[in-house]
Amino acid sequence: MPEPILTLSDVSKSFPGVRALHDVSLALHPGRVTALIGENGAGKSTIVKILTGIYKPDAGAIRVAGEERSFSSPRDAWAAGIAAIHQETVMFDELTVAENIFMGHMPTSGARLVDWGVMRARAAELLKRIDAEIPPEFKLKRLSVAQKHLVEIARALSHEARVVIMDEPTAALSANEIDDLFRIVAALKAEGRAVVFISHKFDEIFRIADDFVCLRDGEKVGEGPIASVSEPQLVRMMVGRPVEQVFPKRDVPIGEVVLSVQGLSNATEYADVSFDLHRGEILGLYGLVGAGRTEAMQGLFGISPPTRGAVRLEGRPLSVRSPADAIAAGIAYVPEDRQDQGAILSLGIRENVTLADLARHVQGLFLSHASEAADTRKLGRRLSVKASHWEQRLGELSGGNQQKVVIAKWLATKPKVIILDEPTKGIDVGSKAAVHDFIGELAGEGLAVVLITSELPEVMGLADRVLVMKEGRVVDEFSRGAWSAEGIVAAATGARRQAA
Amino acid sequence: MNAPVPHEQVAQDRYAVLDAAPRTVRDTLLRWEVILVILLVLTVVVNTLVSPYFLDVYNLADATFNFSEKAIIALAMALLILVRDIDLSVAAIVALAAMTIGYAAEAGFGPAGLFATGIGVGLLCGVFNGVLVTFARLPAIVVTIGTMSLFRGLTQVILGDGAKTQYPPEFLELGQSYFIKLRELGFGGLVIPPVPLSFLVFLVLAALFGIVLHKTAIGRRLFAIGSNPVAARFSGIPVDRLRFVLFVLSGALSGLAAALLTARLGSLRSNIGIGWELDIVTMVILGGVSIAGGVGSILGVFLAVLVLGLVTFGMSLNNIPGQVVSVYIGALLIAVIAIPRLVEKLRGGVVR
Amino acid sequence: MSAVFRSREAALALILALGIIAISAYQPVFARWGNISDLLTETSVLFMMALAQMVVILTRGIDLSVAANLALSGFVAALVSQYYPETPLIFMILAGVITGLALGFFNGALIAFLNIPPIVVTLGTLAVFRGLIIILAGGGQVNASEMGATFQAFPKQVFLGLTTPVWIAIGVSVLFWLFLNMTRTGRGFYAVGGNPIAARYCGISQSRQELLAYAVAGAVAGLCGYFWVARYGVAYSEIANGYELTVIAACVIGGVSIAGGVGTVAGTLLGALFLGVVMTALPVLQISPFWQMAISGAVILAAVIINARAEARPGKLILPEARRTGRRAA
Repeated sequence: MPEPILTLSDVSKSFPGVRALHDVSLALHPGRVTALIGENGAGKSTIVKILTGIYKPDAGAIRVAGEERSFSSPRDAWAAGIAAIHQETVMFDELTVAENIFMGHMPTSGARLVDWGVMRARAAELLKRIDAEIPPEFKLKRLSVAQKHLVEIARALSHEARVVIMDEPTAALSANEIDDLFRIVAALKAEGRAVVFISHKFDEIFRIADDFVCLRDGEKVGEGPIASVSEPQLVRMMVGRPVEQVFPKRDVPIGEVVLSVQGLSNATEYADVSFDLHRGEILGLYGLVGAGRTEAMQGLFGISPPTRGAVRLEGRPLSVRSPADAIAAGIAYVPEDRQDQGAILSLGIRENVTLADLARHVQGLFLSHASEAADTRKLGRRLSVKASHWEQRLGELSGGNQQKVVIAKWLATKPKVIILDEPTKGIDVGSKAAVHDFIGELAGEGLAVVLITSELPEVMGLADRVLVMKEGRVVDEFSRGAWSAEGIVAAATGARRQAA
Repeated sequence: MNAPVPHEQVAQDRYAVLDAAPRTVRDTLLRWEVILVILLVLTVVVNTLVSPYFLDVYNLADATFNFSEKAIIALAMALLILVRDIDLSVAAIVALAAMTIGYAAEAGFGPAGLFATGIGVGLLCGVFNGVLVTFARLPAIVVTIGTMSLFRGLTQVILGDGAKTQYPPEFLELGQSYFIKLRELGFGGLVIPPVPLSFLVFLVLAALFGIVLHKTAIGRRLFAIGSNPVAARFSGIPVDRLRFVLFVLSGALSGLAAALLTARLGSLRSNIGIGWELDIVTMVILGGVSIAGGVGSILGVFLAVLVLGLVTFGMSLNNIPGQVVSVYIGALLIAVIAIPRLVEKLRGGVVR
Repeated sequence: MSAVFRSREAALALILALGIIAISAYQPVFARWGNISDLLTETSVLFMMALAQMVVILTRGIDLSVAANLALSGFVAALVSQYYPETPLIFMILAGVITGLALGFFNGALIAFLNIPPIVVTLGTLAVFRGLIIILAGGGQVNASEMGATFQAFPKQVFLGLTTPVWIAIGVSVLFWLFLNMTRTGRGFYAVGGNPIAARYCGISQSRQELLAYAVAGAVAGLCGYFWVARYGVAYSEIANGYELTVIAACVIGGVSIAGGVGTVAGTLLGALFLGVVMTALPVLQISPFWQMAISGAVILAAVIINARAEARPGKLILPEARRTGRRAA
């Protein structure tokens, strides 16, 4: 194997109260893709931030081509030939594509003035190298998510980076766009660059990576050629114990129709969404990111009321103009974006749990602390929320526990229908299993559940029925026992068009 | 990032969750209200040492005249800032409402009619702000800079460089005399102090606001909106409706303040109350309400009002001109917020 | 063609041009060079102050202390002129600029390094700066008779039909344009305001940009302080009282987004010009000057409503038919 381009040796990093990385070493080789694997909070993003000069390690050394380097800002990292494509497209909507590519290192002419002509020309050249037909003078806000990713890649290339770090680059991409991305990764490899690839999707990791490095709780727990491990072995390494990838599907008697949705539509996001939902049923809503699932369910919940369609709850017509209407009718919605839409991080657990159903805790004119505390204890214990006390601010809890509190808030409203939007996104494996278990329990109690998820094993493990959405419409429906993974994915991607 | 859990407790039961956080002396002492109480005591002590006239019930009662009207508006402003809004048009609303009161007085309205006029005009101005901010979804700071110009501009257009000086005597009496008169209780030299109407209104409203904000579901919802407006909306809270109500409230209290102010001054020009918006925002911020939303207490605002009022009064007793007083107040505002951050920074904590 | 209509600057320029034509048609005296020159002279300070405020707003900040800074810096310049009348004019002006710079730097340090919200800091310094004038002056003021002759004459000098403040404003505008469009640091303001996290990943220091923005705003306020005091021949604590709001209004009318990251030199200049035209047109049209404030209020509201319509983000385009037509609600 050729000499490594970059090595980390015995790098450690701590934050107040947390040891983020402990004595981690790794080596990146030219022309090889290294997958960085680990649960959320295992230290992957700390490594990315150390490599890109955003954090300084407390101990340990970074060597680039054998030479020890210290990065005190992202500029130093670029100078050393390291560039990153970050998890979310973190760019400037109001600025041009060319500026987005060169922000922080714009080409200048004499007198240190920015040379816009050269900048545009070089941007066009970089975009052409990755077959992206995007005019450099367009403002970024005019581009699609996939195009923005291409601009990020062009930005990495603009540094002539020898090491390109991709932090979950495929999260928001369609299957075709992922194929395009992998072609670019292959080209980067062929040019002799080292690529760090971070993803939670094992199929992608096995498809693209040459080597892997696995982290757990800030320590390296395994590394080697990807060909030398199997998927179950990797999972075991990540979580430190074998995890049954089988979901405990409970047998729940499916009852009568609770919610009936007919022809739900709005102007630009979803059209003709219809389904019946039964008591005790878990209805999976599968599709690619951006297929309109979240928008349709938020419409049902009254966030952005639909323009057309009829909803009946327990046989009676229901008009939902706001979330308050939905809650009053017995519909709960646990949003996908926990930090922004679900949890109120600066309030305590109690205040979060009772928020959607505060009226029940009003005695006379005032809120009853005792009544709130009793409910919080009950629901918190039921969901096994781990905290030091019930008044603890949500911001101090782990992601998984925050999610449990958010679910508790919705159970407090005593819903008949609960819509869970990507309920296990970004939470650790342990909490994930607890949430899965809990979803089954809810159905067992006679709740009707809509489960929006982009994870195929999750939807196939838990749902009784799966609706597949694509481009704002329900394109197919599958029932438990009469489905295949290939069939569901094909419907979602439109790869093999089924007879409609 | 879990907070550290005491070891004994972990040994008992890994998942035991306490009902409330163990209280520490340090946390209590670092509460904003405690800092304000210390500031208040300092203000009283220093002023008493410097001037023999400071601790006089009549002087103190007169001192409240100078800040009570602003303090009334500050209560509404505190709620607005708590939910991440702001109303910079309050002083202009005072002017517009005061002008209308002037015309109403000429038309022969009695005291009740004049107060109703003021509150009504203020309310309408608040509705205008509220519609633009919540229904048209415009940034509050820009909207209220605009309506500030508009409302005061209208006052100038209508009033020109004229003045209104004709008011019914019963109206002036309300503003200029003590609503509660000094009374000896007859034992231990205790007295019921004289209280002007404006201060009494402030006290009553402060108590009311404190109860609503800290003890009712509405208050909890306001904290939720200020902490995370999106999550609050997703939790079924009518975010826009509550914000709208707060703008209306801010307008109505500005109108009430205009009536009290007019009754006290007995005359009015178009520049009445100019610059008040900044004094009021200062009261609120010094009171510990975070400009980022979601944090604050009415007790804090109440204490800040007293601190600012007594600092101003003490300085005026010593013949220090108003604008010099504002140097101290501006410096106080910055220092009280900057010093804890500076200390934290020097201790090596990460601020950003 | 549609791009021209979409450009706010073009739309604003069109409205302004139509307004000027309409006023001139009614009162031809308005279009006379003398009047135009007066208008520009009157507005020159606003041009500069608005550009400086724009840089601050680009970083998601706001500087409420600029008018107080202008008054204090102008007062310092006047004091220099009063007590050291032999000082060359350039140093008197520099005294104002340096005072302004120092005050702006103080704001910037509190905001950038202690992370105190800009509205809190500048609200506090607004009161402090104005009060300092009283303390410095002992309650008095510097009158025209106490200022030097050259000190007062400079703003009234005319070159090629325009007064010196106008030329200075033109120079400052060109510098701002070069700075904001042609330097890395200048683009950094847009980056920091547009997306602070992304800016950090690009190696742009938010603290540095913020410090610079408030320092620039301070220095410009200092320069304008000199012109204000010298032109009106008086320096005291009430100068330009409330002017910070006019300055912010010019920015808003010019399309600067209070949310940060959006704003152009041309737009801001047009916004300031708009207010300048309104102020000069009123006497020409024999409308009471008392209308001025109400009109600028109405214009600010109109501008912010138009801005919001342009920035509105309706639903995503998910349905194929919506994507094809690119149709969004409204």
